[in-house]
Amino acid sequence: MEKRRKNFVVIGGGLAGLACTMKLCEAKAQVTLVSYQAVKRSHSVCAQGGINAAINSKGEGDSPDIHFYDTVKGGDFLANQPLVRDMCFQAPAIIHLMDRLGVAFNRSPEGHLEFRRFGGTLYSRTAFAGATTGQQLLYALDEQVRRYEHDGQVTKLEWHEYLEAVIDHDGVCRGAVLNDLRTGDIFTVGGDAVVLATGGPAQVYGRSTGSTVCTGAAATSAYLQGAKYGNAEFIQIHPTAIPGHDKLRLMSESARGEGGRIWVPKTPGDARPPREIPEAERYFFLEENYPLFGNLVPRDVASREIYDIVFNKKMGVAGESMVYLDLTHQSREFLDNRLGGIIDIYEKFTGDDPREVPMKIFPAVHYSMGGLWTDYQDDGNGLIDHQSPRNQMTSITGLFAAGEADYQYHGGNRLGANSLLSCIYTGLMMGPGLIQYAKNQNKVFENVESQVFEKAVNKWKDRFSKIKSMQGRENPYDLHQELGETMMEHVLIVRENAKLEKALTLIDDIETRFADVRCLDTTHWANPTPSFINQLNAMIHLSRIITLGALQRNEFRGAHYKPDFDLKQPSDFDPHEYVDYMEQKNYDEVPEDTFPDGHMAYMKRFESNNEEWLKTTIAHFDEGKPHISYEPVDTSIVPPRPRKYD
Amino acid sequence: MTTKNIALKIKRQDAPDTKPYWQEFEVPHRKNLNIISCLQDIQRGPATTKGVTVNPVVWECNCLEEVCGACTMVINGRVRQACTALVDKLEHPISLEPMTKFPIVRDLHVDRSRMFKNLKKVKAWINIDGTHDIGEGPILPEDERAKRYVLSECMTCGCCLDACPQFTSDNNFLGAATFGQVRLFNAHPTGKHNQEERLEAVMGEGGIADCGNAQVCVEVCPKNIPLTESIADIGGQATLQIIKNLLFK
Repeated sequence: MEKRRKNFVVIGGGLAGLACTMKLCEAKAQVTLVSYQAVKRSHSVCAQGGINAAINSKGEGDSPDIHFYDTVKGGDFLANQPLVRDMCFQAPAIIHLMDRLGVAFNRSPEGHLEFRRFGGTLYSRTAFAGATTGQQLLYALDEQVRRYEHDGQVTKLEWHEYLEAVIDHDGVCRGAVLNDLRTGDIFTVGGDAVVLATGGPAQVYGRSTGSTVCTGAAATSAYLQGAKYGNAEFIQIHPTAIPGHDKLRLMSESARGEGGRIWVPKTPGDARPPREIPEAERYFFLEENYPLFGNLVPRDVASREIYDIVFNKKMGVAGESMVYLDLTHQSREFLDNRLGGIIDIYEKFTGDDPREVPMKIFPAVHYSMGGLWTDYQDDGNGLIDHQSPRNQMTSITGLFAAGEADYQYHGGNRLGANSLLSCIYTGLMMGPGLIQYAKNQNKVFENVESQVFEKAVNKWKDRFSKIKSMQGRENPYDLHQELGETMMEHVLIVRENAKLEKALTLIDDIETRFADVRCLDTTHWANPTPSFINQLNAMIHLSRIITLGALQRNEFRGAHYKPDFDLKQPSDFDPHEYVDYMEQKNYDEVPEDTFPDGHMAYMKRFESNNEEWLKTTIAHFDEGKPHISYEPVDTSIVPPRPRKYD
Repeated sequence: MTTKNIALKIKRQDAPDTKPYWQEFEVPHRKNLNIISCLQDIQRGPATTKGVTVNPVVWECNCLEEVCGACTMVINGRVRQACTALVDKLEHPISLEPMTKFPIVRDLHVDRSRMFKNLKKVKAWINIDGTHDIGEGPILPEDERAKRYVLSECMTCGCCLDACPQFTSDNNFLGAATFGQVRLFNAHPTGKHNQEERLEAVMGEGGIADCGNAQVCVEVCPKNIPLTESIADIGGQATLQIIKNLLFK
C-alpha cells in the first residue's frame, strides 16, 4: 500500500501562505491552497520598501542581534523575544533564498545585494526591489508554488473564502468550511492541519492602506470559534499615505530611507508653492526633534508628530491635514531606480510629479501588530526549536496562523520592512513543526466521523441562507463605512478613554443595526454581497476587541498612545540610566541621588508601569461576549527599557 | 453647493451563459474620483439613473493602487485598471465593459485563469535545489537586474492580451505577457538552465510564431513593459533553438 501523504489546508496566498505551502511541498506533503482571489493578487503585492536582514554588507557592524534589539525596542518590548531573535537570525538566509528564487533585488556596484536605510534603525539593513518589493517577493513564491501545482502537489482553490474551522468532538481542527465565491457552494475540505495566513484587518477602519480583501474576517472567525486573539488594540498607523476616497495609498518609508524629508512651512497657512518657500522657512520637525534618527524614527513616533503638527500646532500644509514628504533634492535617475514604483503611484493618483514637487501626505491605518494568539517552543538558547508542532499553533489544536494574521514578532509597533520578513519567516519556520504535528496525530481527518463535517457545512449553509433572507433597511456597505469612520474618529493615533467608551456604544449600535441589514443581491451565481455581510459581522466583532483592548490598557506603549498615561520621559533622559538602575537594584544598592533631577522618579514610574502593563492582551470570545485577560511577555533576552530616538 | 453628477454606462451580464445588457448610473462628482469609487458608490445605492433598484455591479478589485492587476476592465473602449482611471481625465458618459477575450463570470468580472495556465506551460519559475540555507544567490550586475525588474513588474492583468488581435477566446495563443515571462526567466543565471524547456513551449502551437506583430500589447501595458522587445528577443532565442535542434538532435 502506498504511504499516506500528509495533507494540509493553507488559507491565504500572500507571502506567509505561499512560503508555508512551498515548505510543506518540499517535505512531500499535499497542500490545498485556498485564496479569496487569484493568489498572485494577494495584498503582499502592496508592500513597497523592502525586507530586513542584518547581512552587514556595508561594514557598519550590523548583526542579527542588533536587528533583534532594534525590533524589540521598536515594538516597545511587547514581543516575545525568542521568536523575534530567531526571525532576525534566519533573516539573512531568507533574503538569500528569495534572491536565488530570482527576485530582482537592487544590486551593489559589485553585484551583491544592495541595502538601504529604514525606520527605527541606524543601519542599512533593508534589501529591496525598486519600490515594489512585496510584489516581487510574492511573485517569486507564487512561481515556486505554481511549480508544485504543475507537479500535482498543490491544489489551488482560488475564488474561495474560508468561513470556519471544522472542529471535532475532541476540539481538534480537522479541516475548513469554504465558500465557492462563484457557485455559492458551501463545502468542507479536510486536512491534517489548517493554516490561516489570511492577512490583516485594515478594512475595520474603512479606508486604509489595506486592500479590499483585508477584512480580517478569517482570523476573526477563528476568534469567534474560541481561538485567543492577542494585542488587538495595537494598530499601526503609517505616517505617510496619499489621502483618497476609496483608499489611503501608501507612500513607502523607503522614500525617507532614500533621503526624503518631512516638513511644513514655518508660517502656518503659508500659501506659496512649496518650492518657493526657502529652506530657512521650512520646519523639518522630525529632523529637529529627533536629531539622531531624524526622518527615520519608527512609525508610531512619526505619526504622532505629524498628528501634533496638524491638529495641535495647526501647521498642516495650507491649513489642511497634510504635510510635505520631499524628494525633490534627489536626482531623477536615482529616484527612478530606487523608488520608481511609488513615484508612479503618486503621479497617477494626484497628477503631481514627486521628482518636481514635494508630495502631500498624511498618516493612515496600515498594519495590525495584533492577531491570533500563536504558540512557540524556544530551544533554551534564545532561539526557536523549528521541529516543534507548537510553533504558530493557535489555541485551537490543529489550527495554525502565520503572517499578519498572528500577533507575534512586532510587539506594540512594527518596524518598517519587518513585515515581509515575518510573513516569509513564519511560513517557512512553521513547516517542519506542521509535518511533526501531522506525524504525531493519533487520528487522521479521513477517519473523523463524517457528521463533524456535515454539521459544519449545514451550519454555514443555514447562515448564508439567513443572510440572503435579510431584507431590512441598512445598506451593508454604508454600515461598513460608518464602522470605519467610528474607528477612525475614536480609536486611532491619540486614544482617550471617554472616546473609546463612546466607540463601544457606537459599535453596539452598529451591531444592532446589522440585524436590519438588507442583502442587496440574493442571486446565486458570483454574488459577493452575502459574503460581504458575513465579513461585516466579523469586522464588528473585531472592532469591539480592538476598542476594548485599547480602553482597558491604561498606558502609553508603542502605537497605543494615551496622553493621560504618558510617563513623561525627561528630555535629557538616557535609557542606559535605566539599565544601570536595574543592575544596581539586582545588587540592592541604588545610589538614588546620583541620577539627574526627576530621572529616578521617572524610572520608578516606568518600572511600575511595566509591572502592570508589560503584558499581552488576550481577547477570548465566550458566551457571545469578549473577555479580556493578560499574559506575561518573554523578555528574557533583552531587559525592557525606555525607548528614545533623539 | 451643487454637485455635478458623473454618468456611467455599464455593460452587465448575470452569468456566463446569459445575454449582456447595459445599465446607466449616476454618482456624485468629487475631486480625484476614480472608477473604483464610482462602483463603490453604486454599491451604496444600487439604482439606475431611471431610479430602478438593481443588484450592485460585480467587479474584481483588491489593491486599488495598480500593483495587483485585479480591477482590469474596458473603460471608454480602452482596457486598463479601474483604480488608476480618474474620472476627470475621461470622456463622459463613461462606459465600463468587461475584458473581451476572457470568459465572463459576471458583469465586469472575468476569468483570467488561462493566463496562469500559460505560466505553467512555459515553466515560468526558477528550479532551485531547495529552500535550505545554501548561501548567496548569483552575483548580478545592476543594469542586468534592472532589465529583469522591468519584466517582473508584469501583474498578469491581461491588458496586452485583451488588446491583441491574435489572442482570441477560442485559440491557444500564449500572448505577450507569457513571452515576457519567458524572457524574464531565461535572463536569470539559474533560470537559463531551463531555457530550452521554455523555448520548446513557445515554439509549439499558439507560440511565438503566431504573433502578428500588431504591437498594440505594448501600447496598453499599464506598467510600460517592453513587450514587443520581449517578443523579438524570444523570437530570436526560438530561432536559435530551432537551428540547435536541427544540428544536434
